[in-house]
Amino acid sequence: MEWTSFDTWIVVTGALSAAACALLGNYLVLRKLSMMGDAISHAVLPGLALAFIITGSRDSLPMLVGATAIGVLTAFLVQALFRLSELEKGATMGVIFTTFFALGLILIRQAADHVDLDPSCVLYGAIELTPLDVYELMGMEIPRAALTNLGMLAVNLLFVGLFYKELKITSFDPALATTLGINATFLHYALMTLVAATTVAAFESVGSILVIAMLIVPAATAHLLTDRLGAMLVISVLIAALSALLGHLGAITVPTWFGFTDTSTAGMMGVATGLIFLVTFLLAPRYGVVSRVLRQWQLSLKIVADDVLGFLYRYEELKQPQSPPVQAGDLQKALKAGGSLWPALWQLKRRGAIRQTADDVLPTETGLAQGARLVRSHRLWESYLCDALQMCPTDVHALAHDLEHFTDASMSEALARQSGDPNIDPHERQIPPLPK
Amino acid sequence: MATPQPQRDALVQDTPLWIHDLTVAYHRKPVLWDVNLSLPEGQLVAVVGPNGAGKSTLIKAVQGLVPRASGAISVFGKPYEEQRHLVGYVPQRESVDWDFPVNALDVVTMGLYRQIGWCRPVNRRHKAQAMAALEKVGMTPYAHRQISHLSGGQQQRVFLARALVQDAQLYLMDEPFVGVDVATERAIVALLKDLKAAGKTCIVVHHDLQTVPTYFDHVVLLNMRVVEAGPTDAVFTEENLRKTYGGKLTLLSDALFEYSKNPQLPRGRKGGQP
Repeated sequence: MEWTSFDTWIVVTGALSAAACALLGNYLVLRKLSMMGDAISHAVLPGLALAFIITGSRDSLPMLVGATAIGVLTAFLVQALFRLSELEKGATMGVIFTTFFALGLILIRQAADHVDLDPSCVLYGAIELTPLDVYELMGMEIPRAALTNLGMLAVNLLFVGLFYKELKITSFDPALATTLGINATFLHYALMTLVAATTVAAFESVGSILVIAMLIVPAATAHLLTDRLGAMLVISVLIAALSALLGHLGAITVPTWFGFTDTSTAGMMGVATGLIFLVTFLLAPRYGVVSRVLRQWQLSLKIVADDVLGFLYRYEELKQPQSPPVQAGDLQKALKAGGSLWPALWQLKRRGAIRQTADDVLPTETGLAQGARLVRSHRLWESYLCDALQMCPTDVHALAHDLEHFTDASMSEALARQSGDPNIDPHERQIPPLPK
Repeated sequence: MATPQPQRDALVQDTPLWIHDLTVAYHRKPVLWDVNLSLPEGQLVAVVGPNGAGKSTLIKAVQGLVPRASGAISVFGKPYEEQRHLVGYVPQRESVDWDFPVNALDVVTMGLYRQIGWCRPVNRRHKAQAMAALEKVGMTPYAHRQISHLSGGQQQRVFLARALVQDAQLYLMDEPFVGVDVATERAIVALLKDLKAAGKTCIVVHHDLQTVPTYFDHVVLLNMRVVEAGPTDAVFTEENLRKTYGGKLTLLSDALFEYSKNPQLPRGRKGGQP
């Protein structure tokens, strides 16, 4: 791999455009307007074409103005159509942006007869070519695209910084914002204007399709990682920049492993941000799939372990001198716990609550005491539900069975006090006394 | 046919909320029809009526959150738009996304955003004000918790604290008692009493008919129109309720049922021995 100043500029340009998109993307995601990024980035196409046809040049400024104007028009039309029709918001966006996009394709085809405005360049961008078009600034040759995106990022940072509070309240609770005299409509269109402008500024580098990825994916990833808006903004921008770096690295290294030269950096940036999302989605500490499944599993394991102890205690209560010990198979049949019985038994053994010889499951002192406490909670709940809440004795078992797992010692004693320290439950079974 | 327009200024009183001839329609279907109200100062007012009677719409229309087809509204003698700072709003809990990345303190601080002013940051003094409001509703320990990790009752108390911090004269509350636990219900009732003692007026959309006489001084019975409005003792009668609920008093039990099914007990696995 050979790294030149070219590569550095490609990464910088990519990172700047991605960061500018990601910053605003947070508000699209939080306002449930993710598709709006999609809509605007497609709908600006006729704006680009019109600006080109009118001015006859590919200068950035007229392009930016034309496309932004159409972008805002899109946001406005979506809102108007949503109000006036009974269509849902996704459908109104779909209607408006596809129509505009189609119009743009036709216009570009017409314009392309005269000069080179390449539709595919608009769609996929040409970030690899951006370092060729430089601008002299204080003796340094800086790619024009990097400057455009830097400017856009600065504008977006200023917007978010100045209106942080107002954007927060209008995104969270627009009705409250309105009653406080904070104009939610104004902020909505200000945001949409900047989304449109950012989209156009980022076109050259990442293309219109990947703009959508940069608007949505870093913000969605950041939302999985934090519960604070400020942190979410920072994390999303960092993820965007990281995707640019990983994307370009991937583009120049990965294909060589398979005997090709290199591939599209913009494409790899999209893949990189997607992968970062995937990893976060799986491994995020609080909202990741793995930790969720683990927590769920721990809870169900605890419930199965509780049930085993309760069963062993009840068996101990009823058993005759000649009764055989409980076997794992009996537990399986009685508790219908499926595969989670084995890890639960293993956990109980480790806690010293049971002993297992061959297939026999024998409770230890501790195990029996824990079982007694559980059965006590269960039967106290039953008496309480029957006496205090006048629920019929036949209903209360299932309810008590759910509640017993979430009842700690202090609650169980409060229950006992409430129902006057009963000894016998509604099914006329002994309520075990508090174990020492 | 031209009906003579009443002289508006002559009718406007300095009451906390005065509504004249209010009509609201969604998609040409009227929701509120010719509502006239004048509510007394320093009282706890319940707005009661069956589902779809327009109770929430009334509260929203007062604040310009839904377009009015006709009608005039004044708050302490002036149009609402000039008196926003005197009105505190507690919306329904479902009206916002609780997964939003903010904590309870952030949400309460939002009540101060108008006072803070455009583009100015929240400072320590504002946070202290918000903390004081959270303390009043017993939520201090949860100030830094993300709002989706709060129970329904706690979320409701956060909304109340947010209205409190606005230090308004007139409070509009949309179903604050729905889906809350007993502790929260008690906290809300205590808060309403405090507000009344401080001379504030509270207008509360309320679902639970049983508690109306104990919680409220004044009742508005609403079913698209105002069926009856006045002091609870005089107005909250079985006959008026029947008029409001259109004979189908089953709706009464519906309302009770709706309330009693919350809060829910955790559901788990079935099975095991008694």
